Amino acid sequence: MNRRPNFVAGMLAAVWLAIIAAPLYAVTVTAARPASEYITSGPLGSPTDLTFENFKIVLDGGFSHYVFNTTFVALVTVLIVLALAVPVSYFVVRGRGAMATQTFRLFLVGLAIPAQAVIIPVYLLINKMGLYDSYWAIILPTAAFSLPVSVLVLTTGMREVPGELYEAMALDGASTTRAFYLLAVPLSRGSIMTVTVFTALNAWNGFLFPLILTQSEDVRVVTLGLYDFIGQYSSNIPALLAAVLLSAVPILALYLVARKALVRGLAGTGGK
Amino acid sequence: MFFLFAVVPMVGVAYLSLTSWDGLSSPQFIGLDNWRRLVGDDLVRQSLVVTLVLLAGNILVQAPISILIGVWSAGFQRNRAILTAIFFAPLLLSTAACAIMWRQLLDPNFGVPSKAQWLLPDDILGNQTSALIAIITVTSWQFIPFHSLLYQAGARAIPEVLYQAAEIDGAGRVRQFIHITLPQLRNTIVTSTTFMIVGGLTVFDGVLVLTNGGPGTDTSILPFRMYQTAFRAYDMGYASAIALLLLILATAVSILLVRLSGYDKMQSTLEGL
Repeated sequence: MNRRPNFVAGMLAAVWLAIIAAPLYAVTVTAARPASEYITSGPLGSPTDLTFENFKIVLDGGFSHYVFNTTFVALVTVLIVLALAVPVSYFVVRGRGAMATQTFRLFLVGLAIPAQAVIIPVYLLINKMGLYDSYWAIILPTAAFSLPVSVLVLTTGMREVPGELYEAMALDGASTTRAFYLLAVPLSRGSIMTVTVFTALNAWNGFLFPLILTQSEDVRVVTLGLYDFIGQYSSNIPALLAAVLLSAVPILALYLVARKALVRGLAGTGGK
Repeated sequence: MFFLFAVVPMVGVAYLSLTSWDGLSSPQFIGLDNWRRLVGDDLVRQSLVVTLVLLAGNILVQAPISILIGVWSAGFQRNRAILTAIFFAPLLLSTAACAIMWRQLLDPNFGVPSKAQWLLPDDILGNQTSALIAIITVTSWQFIPFHSLLYQAGARAIPEVLYQAAEIDGAGRVRQFIHITLPQLRNTIVTSTTFMIVGGLTVFDGVLVLTNGGPGTDTSILPFRMYQTAFRAYDMGYASAIALLLLILATAVSILLVRLSGYDKMQSTLEGL
C-alpha cells in the first residue's frame, strides 16, 4: 500500500476525534462536579472541585441492583442462545437435504424482523405464560431475537472447518455427536466467543422488552433504570451523567477481555 | 424458541390487526376496519414520513463517514490504532445512555446552548427540523463506530495484490479507493446498510428518551406511534396494523436491497483473481 502519509485523511481524522471525544469529555467532567456548580457553569465549565460524590449517590440509589439484574439477564440469555444456536448451526452446516436449507432460510428472514413489529403478540404471549414482570420476560424474547445473527455467525465459522476432518473422524468410527463435541465446537471457538459477546451486548442494551414486559423495581435493568433516573435526578444532572458513565463500565471490562473475538466475529458477518 | 417469539408473533400481529382489542378482554374480529382507518390516518402518515426522513438521513450521513473511517482505520499504522480505539468508544454506551447524555448536552436551560449560544442554537429539540437533525446526529454518533468496525474488517480482507497492481499501473490514492476499495467492499456495504435500515426503522429508545416523539408528534416515528397506540392508549388492534406496516416496510426494503446488490447469489468478491 501507499507509504506516504495521507494528510487529508489525517485532518479529517482529527475533526472526527473532536466530534467523538468532546461530548465524552464534557460528560465525564460534568459527572465529577457538584450539582450546584453545574447549574451556574454548565457542561463546558472548567473542571475545578472534582468529586466522586455523584457516583456514590447513583450507586446508593439502586443502580448496583440494576447492574446485577442486567448481568444476570445477559448471562442466562447467552447460555440459552449458545445451547440452541450451536447445535442448530451444526445441523445447518453438516445436515443434508431441504431441512437444513429451510432452517437457515428461516433465520435469514428473522434478521429482518424488527422487535417492535411483533412486540404486541410477544406481550400477549408473555402474559399468557404468566411471565410478565419476571426475568424470563426479558430473557426469552431477547434470546429469540439474538438467534438469527448468532446462527449466521456460527454457520460462517463452522463452514470453515474442512470436510476432510469430519470424514477422518467418521472413518475412525466417531458418531455425529462425538464429531460435534470434539471437532465442530472446539474449531469454531472464535465464532462462539463472538456470539457470546454479541448476545451479551444485545441483552445489555435491550430497552424495548424490559420497558414493555416488566414494571417492578426488583427486575429493573440498567437501561430502564437510566430512563427512570431522568425524572429522579432532574435537579442533579451530574448524578444522571455519572449513572450514564457507570453503565458503560461493565461493557468496557468485557471489551478489554474479548476485543479480539468481537472484531473477528464482525469480520465473519460483515467481511464476506 | 425463535419460532415461538418471532415467527408465531408475526402471524399473531397479522391476525390482531383485524381485531379491536384493549389488551384485557378478548379481541373482537372487525375485519379490515383498522386498515381502512390506517389509510386515512394523518398521524400515521406523518409518522411514516418522519420514519423515512430519518432512515434516509441516517444512511446518507452514516454510510459515507463509516466507509471512510473504516478504510482509514484498516491501516496498521500505530497512530491509527490508538485513534481508532477512541473512535470506537461510543460502542460502550447503550442507546438509552447515549440519548440521555445528548439530551443533557442539548438541554436549553442547563446544557451547552445555555452557555455557548454561538456553538449550538437554543431549543434544538423544540422544532421539527432541528429535532430531526439532532436525532440523526445522535444516532450517527452512536452507530458510526459499529459500521466503521464492519468496514474495517471488510477493508482488511481486500487482497493487497490488487493495490500493488494498481500502483504499478500508476493509479493514485483516490482512483485506488474508487476502483478497488469500494467494489471490493460491496458485500460489507450491503450488510452494513441492512443493519442501518433495520436499525433506522427502529430507533425507538433514542426517540423516546431524546424527544419523546415531540415537539407535539413531530418526531413520532412508526415504532413510537405503535408504542403509544398499544401501550398508552391500549388500542392494541389498531397498533397491530401499524406494527404490520412497519414489518412490511422493513422486509420490503431488505429484500429490495438484497436483490439490487445480488447478495442473494452470494457472489464472491474474489472472482477473477
